[in-house]
Amino acid sequence: MRLAQAIPVVLGVVLVSFLLTRALPGDPAAYFAGDAATPESIAATRAKLGLDKSMPEQFLRYCGDLLRGDLGQSLSTGQPVLDELTRRLPASLELTLTALLISCGIAVPLGVLAATRPGSWVDHLCRVLVTAGVSLPTFFTGVVLIYVFYYLTGWAPSPLGRLDFIYIEPPTVTGFLLIDAALDGDGETWAAALRQLILPALTLALFTMAPIARMTRAAMLSALSSDFIRTARAAGLTSRKVLFAYAFRNALLPVVTTLGMVFSFTLGANVLVEKVFAWPGIGSFAVEALVASDYAAVQGFVLCMALLFVALNLVIDMAYSLIDPRIGFDSK
Amino acid sequence: MTDATIPAPKPASPRRQGSFDHIVYVLKDNPVTMLAFAMFAVLIFAAVLGPALAPYDPLATDAAIALQPPSAAHWFGTDNLGRDVFSRTIVATRLDLLISVAAVAISFVVGSALGAAAGYWGGWLDVALSRVLDTIMAFPLFVLAMGIVAALGNTIENIVYATAIINVPFYARLVRAEVNIRREAGFALAARLAGNSDIRVLALHIFPNALPPMMVQVSLNLGWAILNAAGLSFIGLGVRPPTAEWGIMVAEGANFIVSGEWWLAIFPGLCLMFAVFTFNLLGDGLRDMVDPRRRT
Amino acid sequence: MLSIKDLAVAFRTRRGEVDAVRGVSFDVAEGEVLGIVGESGSGKSVTSYALMRILDAGGRIKAGEATYGGVDLRRASERDMQGIRGREISMIFQNPRAALNPIRKVGRQIEDVLRRHARADRQNGRAEAIRAMEAVRINDAAARYDAYPFELSGGMCQRIVCAIALACDPRLLVMDEPTTGLDITTQKAVMELVTDLIRARAMSAILITHDLGLAAQYCDRLVVMKDGEIVEAGDPGALFSRPAHAYTRKLVDATPRAGASIRSLLPAEVRTPEPPRRITDEALLEVRDLVKTFAGKSGPVHAVRGVSFDVKKGQSVGLVGESGCGKSTTSSMVVRLLDPTSGEIRFEGTDLAQRPAAGFARDPMRSRIQMVFQDATDSLNPRHTSRQTIAEPLRAMAGLRGRAQGQRIEELADLVGLPRTLLDRFPHQLSGGQKARVGIARAIAVNPSFLILDEPTAALDVSIQAIVLNLLADLRARLNMSYLFVSHDLHVVRLLCDHVVVMKGGEIVEQGSAEQVMTAPADPYTAELLSAAPKPPAPRAAA
Repeated sequence: MRLAQAIPVVLGVVLVSFLLTRALPGDPAAYFAGDAATPESIAATRAKLGLDKSMPEQFLRYCGDLLRGDLGQSLSTGQPVLDELTRRLPASLELTLTALLISCGIAVPLGVLAATRPGSWVDHLCRVLVTAGVSLPTFFTGVVLIYVFYYLTGWAPSPLGRLDFIYIEPPTVTGFLLIDAALDGDGETWAAALRQLILPALTLALFTMAPIARMTRAAMLSALSSDFIRTARAAGLTSRKVLFAYAFRNALLPVVTTLGMVFSFTLGANVLVEKVFAWPGIGSFAVEALVASDYAAVQGFVLCMALLFVALNLVIDMAYSLIDPRIGFDSK
Repeated sequence: MTDATIPAPKPASPRRQGSFDHIVYVLKDNPVTMLAFAMFAVLIFAAVLGPALAPYDPLATDAAIALQPPSAAHWFGTDNLGRDVFSRTIVATRLDLLISVAAVAISFVVGSALGAAAGYWGGWLDVALSRVLDTIMAFPLFVLAMGIVAALGNTIENIVYATAIINVPFYARLVRAEVNIRREAGFALAARLAGNSDIRVLALHIFPNALPPMMVQVSLNLGWAILNAAGLSFIGLGVRPPTAEWGIMVAEGANFIVSGEWWLAIFPGLCLMFAVFTFNLLGDGLRDMVDPRRRT
Repeated sequence: MLSIKDLAVAFRTRRGEVDAVRGVSFDVAEGEVLGIVGESGSGKSVTSYALMRILDAGGRIKAGEATYGGVDLRRASERDMQGIRGREISMIFQNPRAALNPIRKVGRQIEDVLRRHARADRQNGRAEAIRAMEAVRINDAAARYDAYPFELSGGMCQRIVCAIALACDPRLLVMDEPTTGLDITTQKAVMELVTDLIRARAMSAILITHDLGLAAQYCDRLVVMKDGEIVEAGDPGALFSRPAHAYTRKLVDATPRAGASIRSLLPAEVRTPEPPRRITDEALLEVRDLVKTFAGKSGPVHAVRGVSFDVKKGQSVGLVGESGCGKSTTSSMVVRLLDPTSGEIRFEGTDLAQRPAAGFARDPMRSRIQMVFQDATDSLNPRHTSRQTIAEPLRAMAGLRGRAQGQRIEELADLVGLPRTLLDRFPHQLSGGQKARVGIARAIAVNPSFLILDEPTAALDVSIQAIVLNLLADLRARLNMSYLFVSHDLHVVRLLCDHVVVMKGGEIVEQGSAEQVMTAPADPYTAELLSAAPKPPAPRAAA
């Protein structure tokens, strides 16, 4: 049923990305035909792209192409866009998920601690982190981290990609280097991949920590001041029970909702971080394509990100309904 | 002329007086907000006087003094083309502020109008609006902005439009929710009973009460809009070299960071942070100020 | 058993420390039910939170002693307090739905307490929780175990809160406004359940309430609190017949009760004779077969099913019923904020139901029908001063501007007894009674002939309620208005109304003259409503 709710959103996403293709400045046919195009080749391209058909027809054709997995050819690499994206997606996912794990792992406990001890040093730390964190441009944090940890101290390896060239990539199973190296039993490569991963993941995590910590703190504070907490306390439940079974589970609801927004920011910031660290994910692919005016590649990237985000939101929705019994009753 | 045309000397209206006193009171009470206002003043100062303050021409190149570290002559050092980083950073303030203010203004106006109408009248308008907003929000917003700029063309105006579009859902949703909970509030019903038309009730009674959260949103959004615009130019969209802009300066400087020429990227980055930080602080401060319940 | 001596509680606020409770002393004996009565802000709830040591952040016990069965409650460790709470002393709260964890099964919440105090373990937890639910007379407890609070009615939620409080057989039960927010019949059921259990288990109890009548009915002894201090203590009969303190006397007087007149609610010193008024036989408003059906998610909701009644010129009609009976929907339709599904609303012969509510703001009839809202705080625009609020209808409907408007506003302020100096204040700077006056001034600004009063005193303390009711009685005589008074409280309605309409489930079950409905109700539902209302003992005969 939740899947059914996602269908109109996916349709909307496809429609928007279709409209974006049609909004191309100038003649898209001339554009796609390339620089050395003649009038004949432009006309041929027009017919090939179906641009001489009516808009609804073009849209149907576009949807059909998508269903067949045809996102067009990348001008700069000459490969099908879909192949490029699937090849690079694991790198982006590995970075994004690691960053989210780090930031949730730090921000949620920090927010809880800050809410239970208002006015303490944890609270102040939380406040500083929250205000400073949202003010930090990710690409700038990345640059500063490189300067400090690579140039000044030399603790981090050079910020170029996922694995230093002296190591051999483990055989691809999942595409996640950490998992593949672990499967391969290659501890050295695993450690090397981790070293490459730490700085970009930290950069992303710093950025996403702020909204999560802020929301956790606020949600915990409001949950702790609810009437039902007073009931639980008056019934003699231990502080621990009150805090976790009563306050925290209720506070999780708004936090989970915020995660949707955080994902949106993370996927966007991902592009910037990939550029800073020369990370071979779909973000840096898109940036290269943008610079080269490689249109189909950018479209494919936008669509891919949007679908990824829709899928993430679906997961969030399901997590939410697991925590909150009230969801699902309304729609019955 | 007759006496009738000369208004009697009126004391300052009590309401205005009250607001002013309230602002003074809040500022005294909250030094952080005062600091935020001071920082905001610095930003405005730099934006308005920008070029006049810059000691050098931000575009003048001089290969002889390329990549010099900060010194008395060049406070923020010079870049690879020998341009003065300090001058470029100062001059960039105006452009960065203009982009974000214009974008936020557009999304504020469009979002408020759409959200207020949807929240007050509901019905098909509401359904249609939330479908459109859902679709916009289904994209990671920065990625959508990239797509829009790429599709519309790589210009500064399009950066503004793209930033405005991705911000509209925040305003529209906020206003919709705020208007919706107040639509059936006692004072709105009372205003209708007092003979006010729907538009009047919406514009004079309900909307002003939704303003406090809106102002906070505007302030936080300005910071976010600057980040966005800078992010876009960091990846090479919108602003083109050699124009001075913080995002592009960090991007250019990033190439030199691995060889230790830190000043190229750090100074414009710090300014960017300063601006965003100011707007975020201001947002929290405004929350106190516009809330009439905090008046005493 | 419990002894409180010179207890003082203070709260940290933005403006420094504020004393909420100042030197309160009382004892609760074995098997005794003590009532703590007071209006909002009197510190009665804070006192109980202090003795349980569950004050909100920022609150602290400044001075005094609290001993329970030899344990010093003020100095006991937090660990010891956790052992005492729920097992020795437990508590029932107001607003039962909010008092339960919204996302935890109610049975689990009871089990949590049982297991905490070692009354149950993992194996028999469920069975024990169901037993505790049966003890508070919850039918089909085994099925209700798995319910979430949002699936239960308010009365049922309060039973669950009782089950949590009573699960571990505490010796002392503290009830903090246990029936506020519940319908009057539910209120009675809950109070009787709790008193039965207290008696059966020979427990002691403290009942905290703003309702003097309720306290008198269920308590062995009362203390009256005002501004954080106890002003008087004694047994209920004595307090009512011979109140020693002026404040107690004022409270006793202001509590609506059978047989009292509207003037007798006021302190004797300020009572003036009720102004005469004229009730004609001519119908001002005739409501015929009014129906409202809303489109709900699970089929249509019949909020009002064919309601008919008349209001004569000069007459005041009371519309009474419990929550969800359709009285508010009816009044919204009559005041033309809501379009009926069918039926007629004839006002001076014109059928207003034909004129859509959407455009009624510009209708010449608009100024004839006005309304005073339930919650004075919610019904005043927080960004408008009293002057701006009262000016609204004058500008829009009477076309008054400038000096004439200013004069009329001051005239209205005098009429409703609002000091002119308060005209330039914002709502949050006014007290509840003052806000009610602003709301009334706005409603009568354009001289309406018909005023709908939607529970105008529900959010007010009784002493303020008495004043506002009397103000409404004066205004009606002076301005020759008819009232439709919507309320859940028959005793309050009777004070102001000549004719009473009783609604249940969207229909009228009974209507007739106030005296007749109150003394000889024809419908069993009306009788139930009347018997459920707390009956305070009569004050001194002489007054």
